Amino acid sequence: MDSVLELLSFGPDGWGDEIASGVFVTVTLALATLPFGLALGFFVALAKQSEEPSLRLAANIYTTIFRGLPELMTLFLIYFGAQIGLRQFLLFIGVETAIEINSFLAGMLALGVVFSSYASEVFLSAFRAIPKGQYEGGFAVGLTWGQTMRKVVLPQLIRLALPGLSNLWLVLLKDTALVSTIALSDILRQTGIAARVTKQAFFFYGTAFLLYLVLAIISGIVISRIERYGNRGLAGR
Amino acid sequence: MSDVALRTATIERPPDPPRPWTGGRIAGYFSVIVWGLLGAGFVWFLVTAWDPELVAKYGPRYWEGLKVTLSLVLSSLVAGSILSLPVALGRLSENRFVAALAYGYIYLFRGTPLLAQVFLIYYGLGQFSKELKAIGLWGFFRDAWNCGFLAFSLNTAAYQAEILAGAIRSVPKGQWEGAAALGLQRFFAFRKIILPQALIVALRPYGNEIILMIKGSAIVAIITVYDLMGQARWVFSKTFDFQAYLWAAVFYLIVVEALRNIWNWIEARLTRHLKR
Repeated sequence: MDSVLELLSFGPDGWGDEIASGVFVTVTLALATLPFGLALGFFVALAKQSEEPSLRLAANIYTTIFRGLPELMTLFLIYFGAQIGLRQFLLFIGVETAIEINSFLAGMLALGVVFSSYASEVFLSAFRAIPKGQYEGGFAVGLTWGQTMRKVVLPQLIRLALPGLSNLWLVLLKDTALVSTIALSDILRQTGIAARVTKQAFFFYGTAFLLYLVLAIISGIVISRIERYGNRGLAGR
Repeated sequence: MSDVALRTATIERPPDPPRPWTGGRIAGYFSVIVWGLLGAGFVWFLVTAWDPELVAKYGPRYWEGLKVTLSLVLSSLVAGSILSLPVALGRLSENRFVAALAYGYIYLFRGTPLLAQVFLIYYGLGQFSKELKAIGLWGFFRDAWNCGFLAFSLNTAAYQAEILAGAIRSVPKGQWEGAAALGLQRFFAFRKIILPQALIVALRPYGNEIILMIKGSAIVAIITVYDLMGQARWVFSKTFDFQAYLWAAVFYLIVVEALRNIWNWIEARLTRHLKR
């Protein structure tokens, strides 16, 4: 038991501070990706239910690609692809430098596009659950399209989309583990380093496993709070 | 005959409604053009980078990788579906202890990343090589493919158990009661009445799970299994040619899209008696 406490202690001998920084990176990455993915997913859903066929086509191509590719592949394509692409572009305009893409940014972008393509489906089915009369009622009282969206449709949309989106949040949280492969120091990478140095692989990977579990449990608690808040208008009905 | 021709000739069709250049239409055309350009650039890159020597040298590796991916996914799906049966039944059990145990299993494997599970089994258990050798299991855990298989089976069993339990729960209670009223035994009623209805509900989630497994299987490349992703990584490390990844991405997309369409067809076929 002593040795376990020592391994997890903060300071130069223990790995506690390194792992804590890993938790911080994982949580930050997931939280930073969320608004980006949500906004993108919302607009893709808008495009998918548009009357304009070309807009629907473009949105469908987007979701087909990013829901069909493995997340790890998307991450590699963006991380390595952006690096090579930028270098080619800089060579083209006559600048020769070695560039390294920020792995946090690449991870955020990759996880965000994957999240948004799934989120667009959730938003779309939520849109379909809102009766047309809600829009017509909004227009009838003289609201513009933007106002109807913001004040009539969106509040209902959020409540309808919440269960699907909370699932996607949990998926996103788990997918952040993939960024450990592009040298971003998240939970899994930090515990991996600790495992290699101390030769206590089972202990440290077990720690990572439990940390993800704790994050999932915390998310579950927060999500049920938000759901209760979202459903407050339906109480007693 | 001429009557028809005459009639169509005299019909005056109303003019098409005006199609103004709305913001949505401009955005739609713009994004389709962007996709078109990206697609053309993609094809152009793959065509100009096409090198018969490289293809002859590395092409077969992709085929090998695809076979590894598909066999890994298929075998863990089958193993997982067998394992999921007792877990799903436990989830539905009236015994609170059994139900909690099954729920705990499902929560454990659905709440943590697949990558962490694979690492825990492959690297984590590798630490106990002496003990595993003593009980004769080291031969199994030494191989990365086996570890990936074990992790995937345990993982998909949790997901499949949840799908199955939800589907069985979705069958109305009256079906059980009706079967009981006819004097059918519980197990017979389950097999002949409940399960067929439950499996139809479970069809779509099962299809999603297969696709998620194919996509998720790419992570075994990190524990040195040469699946499609692993081969792409290997080729990239030898050639530093980006098309190594692009070709693997194309193959993944083809597999997933083909599977999705096949599954849609199967679903339409199996539920054709429900169409009204």
